[in-house]
Amino acid sequence: MLTSSSKKSSLTWLVHLSVFLLVLIWTIPTAGLFVSSIRDKDQLSVSGWWTALASSEQKVVYRTPVPDSQIQEADQYVLKGNLFADSNASVSAFGFSSLKPDAFVVGSTATMKKGKTLTVQANGDYVVTSPVPFTKRGQRIFYTADVPPRFTLDNYREVLGSEGLAKSFINSLTVTIPSTVIPILMAAFAAYALAWMRFPGRALLLVTVVGLLVVPLQMSLIPLLKAYNFIGESFGVGSKTYLGIWLAHTAFGLPLAIYLLRNYIAGLPGEIIESARVDGASDFDIFRKIVLPLSFPALASFSIFQFLWVWNDLLVAMVFLGNNEEQLVLTGRLRELLGSRGGNWEILTASAFITILVPLAVFFALQRFLVRGLLAGSVK
Amino acid sequence: MADLTLTNVKKVYANSVEVLRDINLDIKQGEFIVFVGPSGCGKSTLLRMISGLEDISAGTLEIDGQVVNDIPPALRGIAMVFQSYALYPHMSVYDNMAFSLQIAKENKANIDKQVRKAAEMLQLTPYLDRLPKALSGGQRQRVAIGRAIVRRPKVFLFDEPLSNLDAALRVATRMEIAALKEKMPESTMIYVTHDQVEAMTLADRIVLLSNGNIEQVGAPLELYEQPANVFVAKFIGSPAMNILPVTINKVGSQTNLAIDATTSVNLPLQLDKKEEGKKAQLGIRPEDFTMTALHKNDVLISGEIAFVEALGESTLFHVKTELHDELVIAKFPGVWDIQRGDALALAAPAEKLHLFAADGNNYSQ
Repeated sequence: MLTSSSKKSSLTWLVHLSVFLLVLIWTIPTAGLFVSSIRDKDQLSVSGWWTALASSEQKVVYRTPVPDSQIQEADQYVLKGNLFADSNASVSAFGFSSLKPDAFVVGSTATMKKGKTLTVQANGDYVVTSPVPFTKRGQRIFYTADVPPRFTLDNYREVLGSEGLAKSFINSLTVTIPSTVIPILMAAFAAYALAWMRFPGRALLLVTVVGLLVVPLQMSLIPLLKAYNFIGESFGVGSKTYLGIWLAHTAFGLPLAIYLLRNYIAGLPGEIIESARVDGASDFDIFRKIVLPLSFPALASFSIFQFLWVWNDLLVAMVFLGNNEEQLVLTGRLRELLGSRGGNWEILTASAFITILVPLAVFFALQRFLVRGLLAGSVK
Repeated sequence: MADLTLTNVKKVYANSVEVLRDINLDIKQGEFIVFVGPSGCGKSTLLRMISGLEDISAGTLEIDGQVVNDIPPALRGIAMVFQSYALYPHMSVYDNMAFSLQIAKENKANIDKQVRKAAEMLQLTPYLDRLPKALSGGQRQRVAIGRAIVRRPKVFLFDEPLSNLDAALRVATRMEIAALKEKMPESTMIYVTHDQVEAMTLADRIVLLSNGNIEQVGAPLELYEQPANVFVAKFIGSPAMNILPVTINKVGSQTNLAIDATTSVNLPLQLDKKEEGKKAQLGIRPEDFTMTALHKNDVLISGEIAFVEALGESTLFHVKTELHDELVIAKFPGVWDIQRGDALALAAPAEKLHLFAADGNNYSQ
C-alpha cells in the first residue's frame, strides 16, 4: 500500500514536471512575441524583449531649435531648453562632437570653440552660451540617455492601418470560416452513413477515403486548379475566387474529417442508435437528434484542426486566390512584410501576434469540448 | 389484441452460420414469456428479430395476424428495453421518455400527459429534469422501461434488463417488473434472460432455447417437474439435476431399472416392450433425495462425501459414487453434522424420479 502510493506520487511529479516544461516551451516564445510587439520601436531595435521592463541606454543626437528663442544675459547669448519632449528619461553623459559623444558628465560645463559653453543636467535641461549671437542652425548635442521602458499600441495601429493587415485579416476570416464549416457538415453526414447505415459498397467507400488521406496536397494542386478553371469557365466564374478556395480546402480536408468522425461515431453505443430506431426515428432524425449532439467533442476537435490548417495555409491560398491587395490573406501579407519591412521588428511582431490571435481564441473557446466526455451515464 | 406467431423462423448469417433453426412459437395476448438459455443459444437474436433490428432469414413473424417480416421496428407496435439501458445521454429523463412521441409528432399536451403518467407509475416524477448520468442504475433502468411504456406498445421486449444491476437492486427491479405486468395485464411481454430465477419468477411460460432450437415451452413449474429432456432437466433448478446411467431391466406396469449390479428401482411408468435392456438416464433432483441408512433396502445411491457446502438454510453434499465420474449432489434443508469423507446413503421417492432415453428425451412424454 505504502509503496504503491509513493510510486504514484513520483509519477505524478514526473507528469507535473513535463506539463510544466511543455507549458514553458509553448508560452515563452508567445510571450516574447507579444512583449516585442507592444514595445517602442527604438527600444525594440537595441535590446531584447526580456529587458523590456528595464530602462535602456540610448545614444542620441539632439539639435537645438532655430535660435529665435535666444536671450541675452550680460555679454552672453543663451539658449535654454530640454532634450526630452515628453519622456522622463535621464542623461548620463554628453558631448558636442560626434567623435566624443560622451566626453562630459552631466552637470559639468563643456567649453567649445569660439568661447561657447554647453551645460546639460541629468533631467535633460541644457544651457548653451555664446559671446556672439547664434545664427543659422541650432547647436548639436550628443548625449547618452537612460530611457525608461515605454509600451505602446502604435505598432498595432500602424500594421492595421497603413500596412493593410486589417484587410488581410478579414480576407483570412472569409477564407477560413466557410472552409471549416463546409467540410465538417459534409463529413458528419458521410461519417454517420459510413458508420451506421447499411448499403452495398460501404467498405469500399471507406477504403477509398482512407486511401485519399495519403494523397500529397502538392501533387493534386495544379490538376485541381486546371479542372476548377475549366469548369468555372463554362459557368462564367472567374478563376481566383473565394468559392474556389472554399472548395479546395473542403476537398483537402474531407478525407481526414470523414475518417476521424467516422471512427468516433462508430464508437457510439449501438444500443442507443437501435433504441432510437425502435422509437421510430429515421436515419436523419437519429443523425440530427442523437449522433450530432453526442459527436460534439469530435466535431469540435476536428474544427480546431481544420481551422488552424486553413488559417495558417499559404500554399493553397497562393494558388487559388489572387496575390492582389484585395484578396491577400494574412499568411501572404506576412510573407510580403518579411520582404519589404524585414528590418522593422515592431511591424513583424505586431503582425505575427495579430495572426496568432484568432487560432488562440479558437483553441481556448473549444478546448473544453476536447476534454469533456459527453457519454457519461448513457450505458452502464 | 396482440397475439404473436412465429412460424418456421430461421436466422442464418452471411457466413452461413445457423443461429436459429425452425422456431415455431405462439404467444397469446397478455402473456409474459421468458426466453431463457445459456449464452449463445440465440435468445437475444430471436428477440431482436421480433423487434425488427435483425432480419428474419426464413419463416414468418406475425403480430396480430399481420406478417411483419419487412415492417420497420417502429411500425411493429413493439417497445424494447435494452440491457445497457441505451438512454440518450444528452437528454433529460423527460426528453428521453418523450422522444418516441416527439418523433411521431404527437401534440405536446398528449406527450406531457403520457410521460407524466409513466413517470408516476415508475416513481420517476422527481427526476424528470435530470440527465441520465445523475441517476442510479436502477433509476436508469426504470427510465428505460418508462420510455417503453410511453409508446403504449402491443408487445414489450426486454433484453436482459437486470444484468447490469447489483444483486439487491436486481431483486427489487424484478418485483417492479412483475408489478408492472399486473398493472398492464393486456400487454404482451417477452423477456430475455440467462438467469433462471428471473425466468421462474416472472414467466407465465418459459421458452428454453439451446443451440438455436427450442428445447421446451411451458409454465415454470412444468419445466421443473416435467422436463422434456436432459438439457431442460439440467438447466432448470439449482443445483442441477443429477443424471445417472441406468439399464432398463424389465418393462410392464412398472419399469424396473438397474442402477448397478445389486441396486434396482421400480418406476411407476409403462414402457414399450422394445425398450427392455436398453441404456437410459435417470434424473434425480438434489432436493428430492432423502437420507437413509446403508443397510436399508431403499438405498438408491451410496458413496463417500467429497465436499460439504453448508449454506445455512440448506447443506449440499457432493457424493463420490462408483456409478460414474460426476459427483452426485444432494441437498438437505438445515445444518448437518456430517463431515467430508463420511459415507452417505441416499434414497428418493419413485414418483420424483425422471427417466430419460439414451438420446436425452423424457420417457414419460
